[in-house]
Amino acid sequence: MKYGILINEGPFTHQASDTAYQFTKAAIEKGHRVLRVFFYHDGVNNANALSEPQSDDRNLVKLWGDLAKEHKIDLVVCVAAGLRRGIKDQVLAEGFRISGLGQLTEIGMAADRLLTFGD
Amino acid sequence: MSDDIETEFETEGVEKKFMFLNRKAPYGTIYALEMLETVLISAAFDQDVSLVFMDDGVYQLKKGCDTKSVNMKNFSSTYKALGDYDIQKLYVERESLEARGLTVDDLTEVVYEDEDDDWAEKPAIRVVSRDEIAVLMEEQDVVISA
Repeated sequence: MKYGILINEGPFTHQASDTAYQFTKAAIEKGHRVLRVFFYHDGVNNANALSEPQSDDRNLVKLWGDLAKEHKIDLVVCVAAGLRRGIKDQVLAEGFRISGLGQLTEIGMAADRLLTFGD
Repeated sequence: MSDDIETEFETEGVEKKFMFLNRKAPYGTIYALEMLETVLISAAFDQDVSLVFMDDGVYQLKKGCDTKSVNMKNFSSTYKALGDYDIQKLYVERESLEARGLTVDDLTEVVYEDEDDDWAEKPAIRVVSRDEIAVLMEEQDVVISA
């Protein structure tokens, strides 16, 4: 099955991004395809390269980047939501790209299922 | 990012049923404002768009919101303009309205022009029961909630 993923929360206050990450990993291991992960609302904070969690904690920014690289997943940060929150090219972590909201609609159209992870 | 990642997907001729589920009050969090941005984009992609307002989301359509004292941008007039984007279906959950002491008269009037009926102006807001929303949800291809 072809999945699209929408993440609406940042990496720490909520578990949404963690759950989405675990789902994405599990889906790929089961042979499904994740076409795109779209980061919206505070979810754009998952792409902040300046994020520096404590060394004994998970680092979702890096985990997403690594997963995307390994499995060639398109990680898209919403430009409008990003600008409001200071997520711009200057601080964009490896593996992510910034684009418009149309990329979310597109994935809704192209994927068999669009899953929202949020509050 | 590396160049070998696929970033474009085939969507030619695809028309799906998109439902946007609004469950939060319009002001106090940014969800409602950013959801509207998503709704407007989806309409531009010529998808079959409907909106649902339930829980505190019913306040999004309330008339007369004044945001001056909380220093937030007032975007309530955008809902009124949804009809101009050819968004014709705004479902409001009856139980959520009643639980908050609201009636349809408390809501902003949203109209669209029906091209199948000589562009007659028709109300876009329909008050429906929780059970009816469940049925509508079942019919959708994509449900996006916030």
